[in-house]
Amino acid sequence: MTPEELHQRRDKERAKRSTEEDHLLCCTAAGCLSCGSEDVLHSLRDAVKTTEANVRVSGTGCLGLCSKGPLVKRESDGAFFGGLSPESAAALVPGRADLVDRQTLAEHRIEPTTPFFALQQRIVLENAGRTDPERIEDYILADGYEALSKAVTEMTPEEVLSEVKKSGLRGRGGAGYPTALKWELVAKQAATTKYIVCNADEGDPGAFMDRSVLEGDPHRVLEGMALAGYAAGASQGYIYVRGEYALAVQRLEKAIRQAERERILGNRVLDSAFAFQVDIRVGAGAFVCGEETALLASIEGRRGEPRTRPPYPPERGLFGKPTLINNVETFANIPPIIRKGGDWFSSIGTERSKGTKVFAVAGKIVHTGLVEVPMGTSLRTIVQDICGGVPGGGKLKAVLTGGPSGGAIPESLLDLPVDYESLSKAGSMMGSGGLIVMDDETSMVDVARYFMEFCMDESCGKCIPCRAGTVQMHDILARISRREAEPSDLEMLAKLATLLKETSLCGLGQTAPNPVVSALRYFREEFDEKLVKHPLAENTSRTASERRE
Amino acid sequence: MSVKTLKIDGEMVTGRAGETLFNVAWDAGISLPRLCHVGGLSDVGACRLCVVEVEGQSKLAAACVTPVEEGMVVHTNTERLREHRRLLIELLFAEGNHVCSVCVSNGHCELQDLAVQLGVDHVRLRYQHPKRGVDATHARFGLDHNRCIFCTRCVRVCDEVEGAHTLDVSGRGASLKIICDLGEPWGQSETCTSCGKCVQVCPTGALYLDGASVGEMEKNRRFLQYIVTAREKREWIRKG
Repeated sequence: MTPEELHQRRDKERAKRSTEEDHLLCCTAAGCLSCGSEDVLHSLRDAVKTTEANVRVSGTGCLGLCSKGPLVKRESDGAFFGGLSPESAAALVPGRADLVDRQTLAEHRIEPTTPFFALQQRIVLENAGRTDPERIEDYILADGYEALSKAVTEMTPEEVLSEVKKSGLRGRGGAGYPTALKWELVAKQAATTKYIVCNADEGDPGAFMDRSVLEGDPHRVLEGMALAGYAAGASQGYIYVRGEYALAVQRLEKAIRQAERERILGNRVLDSAFAFQVDIRVGAGAFVCGEETALLASIEGRRGEPRTRPPYPPERGLFGKPTLINNVETFANIPPIIRKGGDWFSSIGTERSKGTKVFAVAGKIVHTGLVEVPMGTSLRTIVQDICGGVPGGGKLKAVLTGGPSGGAIPESLLDLPVDYESLSKAGSMMGSGGLIVMDDETSMVDVARYFMEFCMDESCGKCIPCRAGTVQMHDILARISRREAEPSDLEMLAKLATLLKETSLCGLGQTAPNPVVSALRYFREEFDEKLVKHPLAENTSRTASERRE
Repeated sequence: MSVKTLKIDGEMVTGRAGETLFNVAWDAGISLPRLCHVGGLSDVGACRLCVVEVEGQSKLAAACVTPVEEGMVVHTNTERLREHRRLLIELLFAEGNHVCSVCVSNGHCELQDLAVQLGVDHVRLRYQHPKRGVDATHARFGLDHNRCIFCTRCVRVCDEVEGAHTLDVSGRGASLKIICDLGEPWGQSETCTSCGKCVQVCPTGALYLDGASVGEMEKNRRFLQYIVTAREKREWIRKG
């Protein structure tokens, strides 16, 4: 496909859409699928067949408000409808309002002006509620592959790189390394073979941002990777998807097939001299494979174990070649940056953290789901205003960010702006973007124990501190929660936390103590309350007082 | 080849570019505690005992996988490092079933030696008492999983020196296990050449010669130097 053909295809699709009366988009991401959105979609399609109306019905990516699923969006007035049954959904089709009474439909209606939608700013998720993830035409209509076409026809690789640099984009996988710096490192390597790898091994408990992007807008990730390939001089990309994300794999496979058929990917990307192809590698359930060196080992067919860095992957990565490895969300940010310019992107967010961040909000919260907000938005805005706070009038206690590598942020610090620096200063980290909300019924000892158990199960076992240290830390935490531990155990817990942090080989072990350390920092009294005093200590005090009598 | 000058424990030393801190320190007479490193095999940085402090770096560096750099100032024996090393040794003792008094390697065990050297006279952690079993199916060797510390020396020597790659690691975390081929009993392995190199590099009594009794299993590792010298320098001379 040449760039002209791409534009023709877009205009053709646009002309087709203008004749349609309405467009009903039913969420087909994992959350809504699990509460029956597939039946809703079928019911909508059946209902359309019974009317004369020219209405388009399609699936779409995650609309965000997962707790109200299955969700349908009506394009004509932008309204959302949640908690629909297949029967009530059919009434959304123009001319079929007879199916349920007006009152019922109104109950399901959610205005786009509600804070949940109004306070968000969507860049990564901009196509959720606009496009069908299974149709490349939909993506093209939403200016898809426009950035790639612009890059290969009008821009040099250096210009693409400098646009990313201007944007100030930082890695969305958690650590926040400046994306352009990483790209530059790979671009300046002299090797002829280089690789682009997309890390889609999202494994933090409670995090599903990458999953939504892959399921809802797979072409966007492919376009981001192709742009990275163009800038860095690589012609082969791999997406490493965790095995549990079957739907994401299926949609990605379909997207790759479509893009190759349209000759957007392949030997001549959009009729240029640039070649780029993408292959999928599916993980087998190891959390540690989200660590970049373990991920690369896994793609190579070896045991998924991390190795010491340096050398970093940009120097020596996949199959020993320079490799650029970024997270799904990072790649998803690239097409709009090239399309609208780096300056536009850097106008959003804070001074050091640019753009938006997608958060998966879960736990004791009214609206569970996906939220995309500009960097620097306060946690309170996200939790209270957008997501409606703790249900049933409960008291909010803490918000956990960063999953098993992050930590708890107590209610008193909720006005913290969400950016890389503020979060790590508070003893947590941005992580991939999971937010788990806790109310005052949650025991922080149990939370710490749960995450330590997770790290213990997921440790690859290569280095001693992580393999044996997590077992011991979990043992102590379990004893604290059973009220069997003594004050000396708490001291040992702190010692082990330092050992793991300072001596573990990879990020998994180095950050495994974080939830414990932050729980001890902000909720120490909960631990102290559960400790038993040594029986000897009590005995001596008693005999001393008896003696005094 | 360029030469790097650095300071280890206050002493000026030099090393070639690409050489590891561990080897440069070794040449200077500073022996760092280690269980996974053994000269002649690749380094994996798994035991973390050789961690050192490098001035200007916030993180500790494992000496066996850290290349030397010009102007480095390295401390190998601070109180912080000693405490970390003691705790690492304690973790190993608590993790497996290490009962020196009935072990074939008693008195010739690297784990035991390090514990003595670092002053580990008791273990402050809970013993896990795992049930791991023994593979005694091989005619000449035995593998007692209870004494294994997963240093993977046996895996590496089998792959890199013998070229058989009979041994490997399966599972993860606490359920890690050294396996033969695809988990068969050692005696039924079709790839094992019965060379015995794995036994000789094992730092503990996990791998032993059949028939060895308590304290009898002394390891001899000189063959490694012989083979490596032969490969690298084409000199077929047994020294020492």
